[in-house]
This record gives sequence, structure tokens and C-alpha cells, in this order.
Amino acid sequence: MSHRTIQPVWVRITHWINALAVILMVMSGWQVYNASPIFPALRFPAAITLGGWLGGALLWHFAVMWLLVANFLVYLGLNLVSGRLRNKLLPLSFRALAADTLAALRGRLTHGDLSRYNAIQKLAYLVVIADIVLLVLSGLAVWKSVQFPLLRTLMGGYDNARVVHFICMSVLVAFFVVHVVMVALVPRSLLLMIRGR
Amino acid sequence: MAIRKPRSEPGTTLASHGDSILKDAHKALKDPARRLLGKRILSLGGLALLSGCDLSTDKSVNTMLRKISFFNDDVQALLFDPNRMAPTYPESMITRPFPFNAFYDIDDVPDVDAGTYRLQVGGLANGKRVWTLDELHALPQQDQITRHICIEGWSAIGRWGGVRFADFLRRAGADTTARFVSLHCADNYWTSIDMPTALHAQTLLTLTYDGQTLPPKYGFPMKLRMPTKLGYKNPKHIVAITVTNEYPGGYWENQGYNWFGGS
Repeated sequence: MSHRTIQPVWVRITHWINALAVILMVMSGWQVYNASPIFPALRFPAAITLGGWLGGALLWHFAVMWLLVANFLVYLGLNLVSGRLRNKLLPLSFRALAADTLAALRGRLTHGDLSRYNAIQKLAYLVVIADIVLLVLSGLAVWKSVQFPLLRTLMGGYDNARVVHFICMSVLVAFFVVHVVMVALVPRSLLLMIRGR
Repeated sequence: MAIRKPRSEPGTTLASHGDSILKDAHKALKDPARRLLGKRILSLGGLALLSGCDLSTDKSVNTMLRKISFFNDDVQALLFDPNRMAPTYPESMITRPFPFNAFYDIDDVPDVDAGTYRLQVGGLANGKRVWTLDELHALPQQDQITRHICIEGWSAIGRWGGVRFADFLRRAGADTTARFVSLHCADNYWTSIDMPTALHAQTLLTLTYDGQTLPPKYGFPMKLRMPTKLGYKNPKHIVAITVTNEYPGGYWENQGYNWFGGS
């Protein structure tokens, strides 16, 4: 195995802080959702929520939000400054995406070289970054719909901002599930995110 | 906070799939050092998943969460723009029927007698301290159609009318440099607000709902309506108003709801 560091230490630290923050935000968010479900048929079981009741869940949600946002800004900032975003996640062409999708469908998409992402991975990581941005903005619109009129309008009003927030959460959770399954299929990538190589 | 390893319990997903997951993991992690690492990771994952109830009942964690909530009060005070108005809506958008909401059932709504009702003003105020309903009705009245946002997430649009709270406070000789206004209600509910919100142009001491005398279920004889704050900050059946510099807390706030509760 190569001793070249593929995941620099700041990527690993921000990755794990983000993982923790996302888990706490989603679990407390589900408890908040249960107080007034957008879809009456959908409620989250108490065992996978955090906070115990609405007030407790909101304490968690509005505490961990600072961790999530601060960590995300550090992650995004260092990605831009170091050029890692450009080197790792770009360019992303439609042709490469089509070719890799086809390969994936035939079961021939590999991830042998962990230092390079295939087009589907690039898309997934770019989508999840954009998704977190939208998640934070829609959350701000729900939390402060009067103080941020532009954000409220962009989200289609207060009630719709909740729906946007819910959809972004769903995308993030879907990413999380696929991400963990992929790590289980390529266990080396887990070691990579812990020790960097 | 206890560190628990995922354990197989009958009837759980872990019980039915746990062994095969572990078998796969061991196959993938052949060398002992990696196996140890793998175990640690599994424990970490287990901690994250199982920690919910443990973390929620931990006292030091709760103290920290409350501290961050007080910090969030300061952040919201900074975000609050006294000149920014909450959106208003056309009459056609009023939610009908407007939902009843309280910490008790609709059958337990207090029955306040209009004739004997008196509003008390206390604390840092040097004007008129006892007000009858007729005296409140004689003050200049305003009307507004705004969105009520509940901390639970739902919202509803309603039309409230009454006295601008800033006008009332000045007529009552309130010290508007004080920090808090606390509000006590006939149903034993109480809450408190910051002075900038009390003086906001849309903060109304409402006496009517949708053009009619405020019905008991919406807070007869009066509700303090603030479209810049969440529902639990908008008390009904108010009987006493106190101007103070001592943090007064509130019914829900003392149980964990954020004190500022701004929108």
C-alpha cells in the first residue's frame, strides 16, 4: 500500500466533525419534525430521534448548527484555497458521467485508485456540498423568516421553506446511506479517511 | 454518558444482520491491528446511534445546551431589526378556522369576566397602573393580518386588532430603557419579551380577532400579538404586565424553549 497521503489531515478532521454534526442535526431534526409532520403519514420512531421532546430537540438542533456551519465553512474554505475542490471534483463532463453511469450499470465501475474519483463520485460529492448549502439556507429561512425576507422569498415563503429543508435532509440522508454502503464495499476507503493513506 | 457497544438483542435489525455484518468486516480486516481499528469504529458508530437517550438525560450536556440557547438569544437580539416589518397578507389568505392552541384543552379555556377585569401594570412604570377594558378600547386601535408561526413548525394567518404596545407602554409611563417586559395570564401562563420587540410597530395589545371581540379561545380579553416572535411568546388572557431588568423566564422557556423565540 502506498504511503502517499491522499486525504490531508484537515479533510479527515472536517469529515468526521461533519459526520457527527450531520447525525446529531438529522436525529434532532426528526424529533422537531414529529411535533408537526409535513406529511401526516410520516413520523420518525423515537429510537432514532434526539432530544426526547420538541424543546430538547430544538436545544440540540440550534446548538449543533453552529458546529455544522463553522466546520462546513472551514472545509469549503480550505477546499477552495488549496485547490483540492478543483483537482478532485472538477472537471465533471456530461460525457464522463454518461460513460461511468453505463459502466456502473454493467457492474464494471471500479474505485481501484482511491486518489481519483470517477464521474459519479464527483457528482455525488458536488451535489452533497450544494445540498448542505441549501439545507443551511432553508433552515435559516425557517428559523428567521421575518428577519431574512429575501431568503424567505427565495424559498417560496415560510411554509415552503420547511418543505425545502425536508427535501434537502432527505437528499443528505440518501447520500449518507449510499456513502456508507460504498465504504462497506471498499473498506480501504475507511482507513483512508482515518489515517490519510 | 455511557459508551455502549452494539449488542445483539432479539428482534432487532442488529440481531438478524449483526453477525453477517461482523463476519464481512472481519474478512475485510484480516490483520489484527486493522481488526482492532474496525472494532473501535463499530463502537463509535454504535455510540452515535445509541447515544440519543444517554446524551439527553446527561446533566452537564443539558447545562451546555442551555448555555448555547442563551447565546442564541443574544444572536437573535442582534439579528432583530426594529424597523423590519413582518409580512402582511390579504384578507383572502386568512386561515379559517384559525387553530386553537394552548398547553391545555379547549374546554379549560379561562372564563374572564369583562366587567370586573383589570389589567395591572407593575415594575418600572410611573403612569396609570390599573386599566379597565373600556379604557383600553378608548386608545387608538390598529389592525393587521400576519402569520402566526408555532414552534412546532405549523403556521396560520390571522387578523388581530388592538392597541400598539409601544403606545400603551408610553401611556403607562413604562421605563422603555428597561430590558424586559413580563406578561402574566389568567390561565397561569407567563412569558417575557425583550424591550426592542415590545416597542416594535407590529407588536399589538390585541382586543379583537377578525373584526370581532377577541373570543375566549383566542385569548379574551386580550392577547399580545408579535408577528416577529413564535406563538408561545404571544400570550393570551393577559392580566398583569411588568417592566423589569430581572430576567423573568417563562412557562415554556423554563422547560427548555429558547427565550428570545424570534422569527
